[in-house]
Amino acid sequence: MENWNENKSTFWIFALPGTFWLVVFFMIPLAIIWALSFGEQVSLTKTEVTGTLEHYIRALGDPVYLKIIWKSIWMSALATFFCLLIAYPIAFLISFVRGRLKMILLAAVILPFWINLLIRTYALIAVFRSRGFVNFGLEWVYKTLAMDRLFGPFQPLELLYNNGAVILGLIYVFMPFMVLPLYASIERLDKSYLEASLDLGASQFKTFWRVSVPLTMPGIVSGIILVFIPMLGSFLIPDLLGGTNAQMIGNVIERQFKAANNYPFGAALSFLLMYATFAALALRAWHASRSKGNDV
Amino acid sequence: MALLSRTRLEPLEFSRRWWLRLYVGAIFLMLYLPIITLIAFSFNESKRNIVWRGFTTKWYWKAWNNDSLIDAFVNSITIAVISTAISTIIGVMLAVALWRFRFPFKSAYEGLAALPIVVPEICMGVAMLAFFSRVTGFPTDWIWPLNLSAITVAHIAFSFPFVTVIVRSRLSGFNMELAEASQDLGASEWQTFWNVIYPYMKPGIIAGALLAFTLSLDDFVVTFFTSGPDTLTFPVKVYSMVRFSVTPEVNAASTVLILITVVTTLFAMRFQSPDKIEPEN
Repeated sequence: MENWNENKSTFWIFALPGTFWLVVFFMIPLAIIWALSFGEQVSLTKTEVTGTLEHYIRALGDPVYLKIIWKSIWMSALATFFCLLIAYPIAFLISFVRGRLKMILLAAVILPFWINLLIRTYALIAVFRSRGFVNFGLEWVYKTLAMDRLFGPFQPLELLYNNGAVILGLIYVFMPFMVLPLYASIERLDKSYLEASLDLGASQFKTFWRVSVPLTMPGIVSGIILVFIPMLGSFLIPDLLGGTNAQMIGNVIERQFKAANNYPFGAALSFLLMYATFAALALRAWHASRSKGNDV
Repeated sequence: MALLSRTRLEPLEFSRRWWLRLYVGAIFLMLYLPIITLIAFSFNESKRNIVWRGFTTKWYWKAWNNDSLIDAFVNSITIAVISTAISTIIGVMLAVALWRFRFPFKSAYEGLAALPIVVPEICMGVAMLAFFSRVTGFPTDWIWPLNLSAITVAHIAFSFPFVTVIVRSRLSGFNMELAEASQDLGASEWQTFWNVIYPYMKPGIIAGALLAFTLSLDDFVVTFFTSGPDTLTFPVKVYSMVRFSVTPEVNAASTVLILITVVTTLFAMRFQSPDKIEPEN
């Protein structure tokens, strides 16, 4: 590695375009939002930055918004927990498979990443809506069991537009994100530790809890952060699956910037989300530095 | 295949445990079934998306004749191509700079350069909205394709850091002795870059470019905040259709988009082993 001082012109030529883009079209827009979050709306299109904290106070003090913030947090936390629960066995299996099948399984995990989020959410609507596949299947079972003669015609379940639908949607969309860091961590785990534990008489269950889980903790932490943060800020999934009944912070932010045209309040909410992101990243960096060596 | 042989199960042969295989199979089925049914029902004769009434391609014709949908599609492709070209160039250059030079506050800078990858999409979207609507130009009533510049600029901002991360991780495996050998044999620094380092980077560049392409083509949230009424992209148009109703036409349009991104991704996977796609930050 060269010191930039020794070859300044080359350094600047290579570093400048990216740095320019990063500063002008990323840092400055974020700085504007940050400044706006301390501003006041003086007219329909004008905002003055006055250094007020009223929007943060409103976001964290008004029960309406506080409720939505808490709801976003617990729904994301619950969905993250289920993602971890679902993804760990998958990552575990993939790391024990060898050869071509391993590549196929990994590709199958990664592929949904690249299928449009909107389309995946839309696909879930077709599954859950009142005339969707789940209700269709239930109706078929209902009729096969001749229950319509006993209890009257089949009433489709309202599976969409509630918290449950949003949580299922979050799990469905983000679960693959959990598999990769877990897989990377389990793959790096020295399997002879597992053998040693089993040889010394521990059960499979005990080996899993006392050896596999602690040693793959960096992957678990990475996965949780990688999944929880985008869930917390998700907009499309609660918008399409939750309707007006199950809104998250993302929907409130969107409304402030579009329909309500209250940029400063929306900006304050966005920056609460940013602070949460920074906190999570700091947590991850702290955890990584503490368990140096098997960091993911 | 060794998987099917009937020898005694070793304690660590988890890949041969039927319950684990059944479980993973079931999860994969749940992951893919909604998408497969979505694709299947784009060929369904019935307008109601639930009962199979026979094979047809009429929904594709209907989508093809939907002018605003096609306009949105052309917009999306145009944005994706321009964004990919610029993201790849500046992303690769930044990766080379980060790989080759040591400079003050380097790790802080690297963290900053990876920030667009981790910032919640909605924050980036509203930041772009505020930036373009209140601070600087790029009006959406310019002539095509200049009216797409705001969206394109935003797409480049979140795409090029991915290119940088991928190319940077590829470069970290480069053996510096090769460059030294090239210079010992009389090649100039420029020749060494083009004949030794660039060919080594190439798989990373291609993988990064394909990733930038799918990111741009798929983006909904950031585009949603930067597009105007005349600058709809394909996902934004599909969103408005989905909100309106669930029709096989939407399925047909979605299937086309899935096909494009899946083919692009499969190409990308050939150039980069999957574990390297995961950003390291």
